[in-house]
Amino acid sequence: MKHTISELEDIASQVRRDVLRMVHAVQSGHPGASLGCADFFTALYYEVLNHSPKFTMDGTGEDLFFLSNGHISPVWYSVLARSGYFEVSELATFRKLDSRLQGHPTTHEGLPGIRVASGSLGQGLSVAIGAALTKKLNNDKGLIYTLQGDGELQEGQNWEAFMFAPFHKVDNLIASIDYNGQQIDGPTEKVLSLENLQAKFEAFGWHVITSDGNDMEQIVKALHYAKSLTGKGKPILNLMSTQMGYGVDFMVGTHKWHGSAPSDAQLAVALSQLKETLGDY
Amino acid sequence: MKKYTYTEKKDTRSGFGAGLHEAGKRNENVVALCADLKGSLKMDDFANDFPERFVQVGIAEANMMGIAAGMTIGGKIPFTGTFANFSTGRVYDQIRQSIAYSGKNVKICASHAGLTLGEDGATHQILEDIGLMKMLPGMTVINPCDYNQTKAATLAIMEHEGPVYLRFGRPVIPVFTPADQKFEIGKAWMVNEGTDVTIIATGHMVWRAIEAGEKLAELGIDAEIINIHTIKPLDEEAILKSVKKTGCVVTCEEHNKYGGLGESVARLLTTELPTPQEFVAVNDSFGESATPDQLMTKYKLDPADIVAAAQKVIKRKA
Repeated sequence: MKHTISELEDIASQVRRDVLRMVHAVQSGHPGASLGCADFFTALYYEVLNHSPKFTMDGTGEDLFFLSNGHISPVWYSVLARSGYFEVSELATFRKLDSRLQGHPTTHEGLPGIRVASGSLGQGLSVAIGAALTKKLNNDKGLIYTLQGDGELQEGQNWEAFMFAPFHKVDNLIASIDYNGQQIDGPTEKVLSLENLQAKFEAFGWHVITSDGNDMEQIVKALHYAKSLTGKGKPILNLMSTQMGYGVDFMVGTHKWHGSAPSDAQLAVALSQLKETLGDY
Repeated sequence: MKKYTYTEKKDTRSGFGAGLHEAGKRNENVVALCADLKGSLKMDDFANDFPERFVQVGIAEANMMGIAAGMTIGGKIPFTGTFANFSTGRVYDQIRQSIAYSGKNVKICASHAGLTLGEDGATHQILEDIGLMKMLPGMTVINPCDYNQTKAATLAIMEHEGPVYLRFGRPVIPVFTPADQKFEIGKAWMVNEGTDVTIIATGHMVWRAIEAGEKLAELGIDAEIINIHTIKPLDEEAILKSVKKTGCVVTCEEHNKYGGLGESVARLLTTELPTPQEFVAVNDSFGESATPDQLMTKYKLDPADIVAAAQKVIKRKA
């Protein structure tokens, strides 16, 4: 371990503060799943990924991460900045004119750490599979990690990709699902039920593991375990339960904070629940 | 009128297949992806000789476009192959976000464009693809005119950094451009110098424009014929130079008149040099089942239609 669990939890707390302050500053953005995935992003970038903040598009020899549910950009931007891809002060430009921190992540403005645009849902896994195939052709041992929302799985392109990866033995790929059961219009169970996701992925030929994405110790363990399963002929799927809005008591477990910004008073209450550990930007 | 002859007829899709095979030999970073149309796209030689660099995606075009975008990360040059309809309209958002907006070096290669795939009918005869693709910022759009030009274009786009849409087709048509030609993206090809009217043609319509030029010559009309194989970026200099001389223009394309080459030329001329223009193109319609020749006649894309348009536009000159 590069960090103790307690150190990682402290980083995640700062990341959650960043997320809330970024979204509050422009009164727009998606705090709910950003908070829910703060532990995953922290574990991934601080503990699991073999990566360099001296970013290159090709990332030769490195592990690569792709975010398919691009609307949770605040959490990604915070973790990228906190791990040295760009200045933390740049977080203050989020969603503002001429910023590299667009509402949804993009390569277009040249922000280090981003390798493809995402926002229109359902496209990230296909792109990740392509990058994984190129790693294999180049005999590059780096791994490919992805994150997708669960509501996003309603997009059909995902299932084309879920079918492709096992058939083509894309076993350098670890796909995580943010399984929070919420989407814009309400619980996934009511909008369009995902039914038995684990059984679906297993039927498609993935090696499925499950984890609690809001338990730092578990998520670190799960990602290391997933890594140990690579190179064995199957892609790995981490079905990761999280709670939307995790870390702030009045935001947790509801779709209402999917795409809404906190007021001044709500921000103050939320920040009082999250330790400032690395200094606010 | 300069004399053009041919000794054989071939399909432009075979020019693509030959070009792709050659590209695979020249550059080991070239990879090819196909959505269950390997034979129709003439990708067999590439797939047989470079099996590790050929990806059969199955009938899943959206996934194919995403995989192609991802394969560029690490330096591959992906060529995707399927029909024009499934290369554009079906996957527009995947191309827009994962390829064009993300600036990925993907070559979208599209066969069976236009009416001339024939009997399969309108579900497969896309006439809107040039418009869809030229509207994407940073996208290069190329529609070559015969086997040799398609092969040369396929090799040229391998060298070009950035997303490209390469459009070609199914019918067997005359091979009249040189086998050893150098294809320059964005450079018009002067087919015939003339003084009375400029005929600008792309794709399968270039040979038809030559046939129309011969007929016009018999009628005493000296037509300048320009092949615009690259619709975006448009060779504005060549078009303006010609139109300054002739004072009128006919554009010819196997595409809807909305959104195609004709509108690109009209936009240029309206801004720089207002000029009478006639459009030989499909008049805002879907196609239908029939033989390619029957369709080209019914939808007014024959040499006779180009001749009539030229006569009409000459009368409109001030």
